[in-house]
Amino acid sequence: MAEPSYIELLGYGPNGWGDDLLWGAWETVKVAACAYAVGIVLGLIGAGAKLTGRRVMFVISDVYTTVVRSVPELLLIIYIFYRAPVALQALARALGSDSAIDLDPFLAAVAALGFIVGAYTTEVFRGAILAVPPGQMDAAKAIGMSWRLRTRRILLPQMLRYAIPGLGNIWLGTTKEAALVSVVSLNELMNAGKQAAGGTKDYFFFYSIVALCYLVITIASMAVIARLERWSNRGVRRV
Amino acid sequence: MFEAIADLYQQFLSGLPESLAGLIDFVVALFPKLLEGAFVSVQLLLLSGVVGNLLALPVALARVSRNPLLWVPSYLFILVMRGTPLLVQIYILYYGLGHILGQIPLVRSSFLWRHLDAFWYAAAAFAINTAGYSGEILRGAILAVPAGEIDAARAFGMSKGLILRRVILPQAIRISLPTFSGETIALLKVTAIASTITVYELLRVTNEAYAASLRFDECFISAAIVYIALSYVLTRAFYFAERQINKDRLPPSVLKAARPLEAPRAA
Amino acid sequence: MRKHVIGGIVAGALLALASLSAQAQDAIKFGVADEPYPPFASKDASGKWVGFEMDLMDAVCAEMKAKCELVPVAWEGIIPALQAKKIDVIWASMLITEKRKQIIDFSDKYYDTPHMFIGPKSVKVDTCPETGICKDWMKGKVIGVQISTAHANYAKKAFGDVAEVRTYDKQDNVNADLVAGRVDIVLADAVAMDYFLKTDEGKDFEKKGFAPNDPLYGAGVGAGIRKEDATLKENLNAAIKAVRTNGTYKQINDKYFNFDAYGTTPGS
Repeated sequence: MAEPSYIELLGYGPNGWGDDLLWGAWETVKVAACAYAVGIVLGLIGAGAKLTGRRVMFVISDVYTTVVRSVPELLLIIYIFYRAPVALQALARALGSDSAIDLDPFLAAVAALGFIVGAYTTEVFRGAILAVPPGQMDAAKAIGMSWRLRTRRILLPQMLRYAIPGLGNIWLGTTKEAALVSVVSLNELMNAGKQAAGGTKDYFFFYSIVALCYLVITIASMAVIARLERWSNRGVRRV
Repeated sequence: MFEAIADLYQQFLSGLPESLAGLIDFVVALFPKLLEGAFVSVQLLLLSGVVGNLLALPVALARVSRNPLLWVPSYLFILVMRGTPLLVQIYILYYGLGHILGQIPLVRSSFLWRHLDAFWYAAAAFAINTAGYSGEILRGAILAVPAGEIDAARAFGMSKGLILRRVILPQAIRISLPTFSGETIALLKVTAIASTITVYELLRVTNEAYAASLRFDECFISAAIVYIALSYVLTRAFYFAERQINKDRLPPSVLKAARPLEAPRAA
Repeated sequence: MRKHVIGGIVAGALLALASLSAQAQDAIKFGVADEPYPPFASKDASGKWVGFEMDLMDAVCAEMKAKCELVPVAWEGIIPALQAKKIDVIWASMLITEKRKQIIDFSDKYYDTPHMFIGPKSVKVDTCPETGICKDWMKGKVIGVQISTAHANYAKKAFGDVAEVRTYDKQDNVNADLVAGRVDIVLADAVAMDYFLKTDEGKDFEKKGFAPNDPLYGAGVGAGIRKEDATLKENLNAAIKAVRTNGTYKQINDKYFNFDAYGTTPGS
């Protein structure tokens, strides 16, 4: 029997790994997107903590960003993936509930990756908030807007414009960090590639295809980010 | 004198509750092994950092060139390096290329094959990846060199090569140093990925220590501490270098300002 | 404002999902190593897990009259996964060793097979009874083992001072590097190695010797469970015993092997 051609190997069905790879790519994008969402929430909280006057909050947030900045993502992912359920259980117990919180691999991976992304978004948001001309907030205060109204109508929309480039960069990083999650075994793209490569011994081919998939995700993301940057800068005068 | 310290240590341990003493003892015994692994990590960092950044120079120069034969391949190279995870790149090299090379009888029976262990594959992958990232950074820095200085150099009759060597590059390096320091810290973190292809750097040593002792938290938290320490040392070193390079032109207050955090490096 | 709302939804959704999964607890989660380990456990072309261990698991679950769920976990992290309650049982060809018994509990053994060295057919190897392969032969060689296994521990103990013991995350990768010529000899489970030797990749390799029955190797393969799950342990043991006595074990055994996988032959 002739050896399957490369086109066949990528196809569907039992002999073709194409569907596994596509499914893996979809899982990867899912993990990255959810982790990114978690990271944005954490980033807003972290930036807020750094910007309040309170020393304690600042230190906690600073420790957070320093640790994520210094410790390899791989180590953080391994640690959080296996310890997050235990930590959450302790949290649940402290809050009085007794049920065993069960994090399936997907959620644990999202937690781990989100934790990492949060540290980077903290810095981006912090820089972006600081970049909004303070005069605007002062003016809003002067006409009697409440803190919530001020934040919602003045600060956040303006901040977005400064934050988008940084956030875009972080998204690109997230999609690639999602590959590390394969180490704690999730059914994502890298693992799909490993199985295909291991099954057919065609390592070079399949890992290259995996790289290509990531490249496609990156290029597509870059296009979207460029669009967003143009949109967020509409109406801004070119200096 | 060492016996006296050892004695004190034992006395200290015996005074503590059983589990705590066991924990401290374990961590103390663990650290030498971790430091060995850290040593390999640093070797990896230095080797790929130096080679990669040297390679970044031609990459950046090609990228800023107006000749499409130069900037198109350079652009594609940088795109691929930054657009694909480092984990995949290292796998392609170690398992992919390695498997192919292993099939060639000439390579396999050669003297080099035994010594071509995972470390070199990892160093190669990191160096190539660094060339891409640093190439892009250097390009930005080259473009940021004030045009006036280049004009002045040309007015003096300096040749292109001389301008490059005397004006553009020194300035570009100075401009890119902050970003570059962030990249190097990122490179340290990235050496951990080499653990997936059996290089005995810090994370791998940690994994093995865990496999032998089954003490999860102790092993991984200790490793995290070592990484934080290494990162701190690197950050201070770069901070010092930045101060030195910029001594002549920035006021003290600016030199004391905090550095912004860089976006995460590709995995 | 929108950020708050979205953030709130996300956080809420995560917590809700987490607690939802907490409800589905009646299924016992069996953790299997997320890598191909034929003939014990591997994925077939359709993605279903098959093999000796998988059939045994179905039989045991039927005996326990419980609903069982298969959860693939990376081998290196399978014990932390058990501790974190991601899985309730480790059913991944894990040897019952003293070291592991310090942290988790085990059911009774459900199989016990010898531990074998394999290497290239073209290379001659000296065998010695104390260590399987002579230490002298091992000088300067590279031994491939899977990380976090009793094989890795034994290799380090017996040959760590003369040879390089290289650990890999998956047995598959050990085999791949053996084929690539990066390791000289591999120590792993005899049955799994037998299977590998019969494949296309393994045709240039052969069995070189057996590792002796060192105390490091413990007492056969069993199911790992958390220390506090005493009832689960009882149920598992009862089920394993039942499967042994009512002939199902023999049925499954004969489907895959022509020897008794339950036995204890550290033999030669």
